[in-house]
Amino acid sequence: MSAVVRDFFIDFQRCIGCQACAAACSECHTHRGLPMVHVDLVAPGVSLQTAPMVCMHCADPTCASVCPADAIKVDEHGIVHSSLKPRCISCGNCELACPFGVPIIKMEIQQMQKCDMCFDRTSAGKKPMCATVCPTGALFYGTREEIAQQRPASKPINRWRFGKQRIATRVHVMVPHDVDEMAVELPAFDEGGGPAALATALAAGARDGRAPEEAGPEAEFL
Amino acid sequence: MAHLRLPISDYIREYGPHVSDSPVTGWGPKPEPDRLVETHCCFCGMQCGVKLQVKSGRVIGIEPWEEFPFNEGRLCPKGVKRYMQTHHPDRLTDPLIREGAGFRKAGWDEALDLVASKARAIQAKRGKDAFAMLSGVSLSNEKSYLVGKFARLALGTANLDYNGRFCMVSAGAGNKKAFGIDRVANPWDDIPEAGVVLLAGTNVSECFPTLTHYIWKARDRGAKLIVVDPRETPIARTADHHVALRPGTDSALNQALLHELVANGWFDREFVEQRCTGWAELRASVERCTPEWAGEICGVPAALIREVAAAWGQAKTSFLLHARGVEQHTKGVENVLGLINLVLATGRIGRRGCGYGTITGQGNGQGGREHGHKCDQLPGNRDIENPEHRKHICDVWRISDAELPRKGKTTVEIVEAIHAGGIHGLLNICFNPMVSHPDTGFTREALERLEFFCVIDFFMSETARYADVVLPGSLHEEEEGTSTTAEARVVRIRAAVEPPGNARRDTWILLELARRLGKEEHFRFSSSEDIFNELRRASAGGTADYAGITYERVEREMGVFWPCPSEGHPGTPRLFEDGRSYHPDGKFKLLPTPYRPSAEVPDAEFPLYMTSGRSVFHYLSGTQTRRIKFLVEKSPGPICEMHPALATRLGLVDRQLVTVETRRGAITVPLRIVETIRPDTVFLPYHWPEELAANQLTVRALDPVSKMPEFKVAACRVRAATRGEADRARSLFAELKLEAS
Repeated sequence: MSAVVRDFFIDFQRCIGCQACAAACSECHTHRGLPMVHVDLVAPGVSLQTAPMVCMHCADPTCASVCPADAIKVDEHGIVHSSLKPRCISCGNCELACPFGVPIIKMEIQQMQKCDMCFDRTSAGKKPMCATVCPTGALFYGTREEIAQQRPASKPINRWRFGKQRIATRVHVMVPHDVDEMAVELPAFDEGGGPAALATALAAGARDGRAPEEAGPEAEFL
Repeated sequence: MAHLRLPISDYIREYGPHVSDSPVTGWGPKPEPDRLVETHCCFCGMQCGVKLQVKSGRVIGIEPWEEFPFNEGRLCPKGVKRYMQTHHPDRLTDPLIREGAGFRKAGWDEALDLVASKARAIQAKRGKDAFAMLSGVSLSNEKSYLVGKFARLALGTANLDYNGRFCMVSAGAGNKKAFGIDRVANPWDDIPEAGVVLLAGTNVSECFPTLTHYIWKARDRGAKLIVVDPRETPIARTADHHVALRPGTDSALNQALLHELVANGWFDREFVEQRCTGWAELRASVERCTPEWAGEICGVPAALIREVAAAWGQAKTSFLLHARGVEQHTKGVENVLGLINLVLATGRIGRRGCGYGTITGQGNGQGGREHGHKCDQLPGNRDIENPEHRKHICDVWRISDAELPRKGKTTVEIVEAIHAGGIHGLLNICFNPMVSHPDTGFTREALERLEFFCVIDFFMSETARYADVVLPGSLHEEEEGTSTTAEARVVRIRAAVEPPGNARRDTWILLELARRLGKEEHFRFSSSEDIFNELRRASAGGTADYAGITYERVEREMGVFWPCPSEGHPGTPRLFEDGRSYHPDGKFKLLPTPYRPSAEVPDAEFPLYMTSGRSVFHYLSGTQTRRIKFLVEKSPGPICEMHPALATRLGLVDRQLVTVETRRGAITVPLRIVETIRPDTVFLPYHWPEELAANQLTVRALDPVSKMPEFKVAACRVRAATRGEADRARSLFAELKLEAS
């Protein structure tokens, strides 16, 4: 085992929406053809910008905090794992609470499954499958020195703020040098907001009233 | 007569395409592979290195091949999922002979004897050239070479051409005119060294995803990116300059850019005057081609053209890449020459970071076009009408000049001759004209008029349905060989498994047919390597010289770049380093390319531009990719891309079924409203067959030099589908997603 610490970086601007990451992730037999990485169209109808989302592996994961069954665990490498099958009650709290929209309850097996950063591969010194195949470097696995040297025009950060919640993640995102924190403003419920204001804010955030959607099937008219 | 006698849904039920998304071993715990076979992806000219996991004679998965220098493990979704085709339930496993309304299984002797006797009968009655052959450049170098020799010696026909006619012939013709050699001038490794990268008509991120990495490497070092494309493709989205020009106006843009280079002194006087010919004429030809003039034609601001000219003109190093977007036109060769002029004017070629090239689309588009299954070429990129070139090949093949046919018809001309009654028999391998040929209705009529039609394929392609005999051939991963990537690197393709059932390797089929045609003496090959070694001798002394390339070297060096004239030669990653072209005088040719309109432009009746292209999830005619569930789910069928302003004007809404019509036909598809396309243009991807073929709409008009059809420009109109059209489209789309039982 090498002592070199390698991290995971997402560089959203490079994503071309090709879904090679999802194709490669789905090859993992532990989740049987179902990808754990999602590629979302950010503004359907407006732009082809897509965003690949792996699990961000929060230092203090919201999914684990809200789990009533204590089924979600973080290991010594900072990897947040799928729910422990014997404990998971498939309640969906993790799905609802994760600010990144990562966990998915697979009802047919009564378990939450999510990206574990290819623990089987990384523990054997390999890169995660998605970051290995990504044709553009939108997903990158390597050292901080490597990314700093290769991409001088941007820098990695791992600090997020969703309304009042601050989160540090094991996964980094590449941003311009003048950005130190990824901030997502949310309407405060205790300041005269409430559900109606939230709905308005969400609609305004997603242009044309459409929420971001999974990139993919065209023929939903059927 | 090869009319379809069954409803198409019957062919689909029997032979697919069905979608399948389970490894041959299922999704349960995966067995440990016996071995990993280092080979290459079969899709696109990048030919990414990939390892196939093999267990008990079956391909059970893939593993990225991180040591291969071009892609270092990177892949697109097609490359990841391609292994699912190997043991696909749709694979053809027995020869099929047309009987009654459908096909019956037959033995090899019966099927091969039938093909040979029909070919002989047609040729005896109507002459040698009345039996034609069509081929494709997804085949390895060895098979491409063998097809060229087979058609000319075993069939004795001049009429052999290939699907590269729809791919890179305009680039090849332009490159030969300007440089005297048809090859990308630099290795991809030069891209990151460029100060500006210009992508003209190439949707790199969907058609060559792994090349995107090289462009980003350049941008990380501060390079500017210029993209010329009517659509804001994923690579155009982040470009520094995006010229969203009207389809078919590239040559006007190229002229205006050159005008600006001249006007501002952004050219290399020493290079154009000493290393090139034709500078004075070229310069005079763009004198009046101002950005205002071009802006009007191209439908883009003159200021943008000036910005692009300044970015290109003032750069110290640069790389210009183009692909089908500028090449699939009736003036494809002119578009290519216009771009080459921009490169030559600045003298930025032949050195590190100063590059140029077309991006070959098909798997072996580069190697396949060099070794003789093109109607006017012999191995080594030789000219079939050149007496010296003919002599070299006659010597290698041990035949007299009289035995070697002369130049034959190009692909579209072959189909036209079939339609007109001049060609009566056809052997087709690795080509699916029912999807890829322009004007599908015409193609169908032609196939229906054939007296005898044989198809060699591994799946029942939409074209094979029209055949009298279908011979089950082999996949990329079932035969040893080499392929030449788009950067002219010869790489090794390895056989991982055997063809299934009674299917046979393509080489075996061709050799057996040659024997039955009485030409065994010319086709005594014991292995793919044996064929390659003859190819080396045949190519020796030609521009595409493989003489010094051996299997052993290709494996050890992870690819060798041609020209490589001797075993001690290191290969040639970068051309023109000595400042000389491959013309006898060593000069680069500057040729004026005045703007002229496309064959068909919008009018009152058909007021919109239609352009066509690819999706990242499919390869060419989709014979392989339309069978893999992951890819089909992401892109199940064709869509019509339209700008919201146009949709509003036409009263159409997102995802509605619309009918797109041209003078050739109509197609009903879902609408995708998106701001990333010009409001005067709609886009359709072309990967689907028959009633969903975008090529029902395209024009059968050809470039006068390259004979490339004009896939990229047609005049069309769009309206809401009628109830009947919509019902039909729904049932066709439902069939696209049929799962294998």
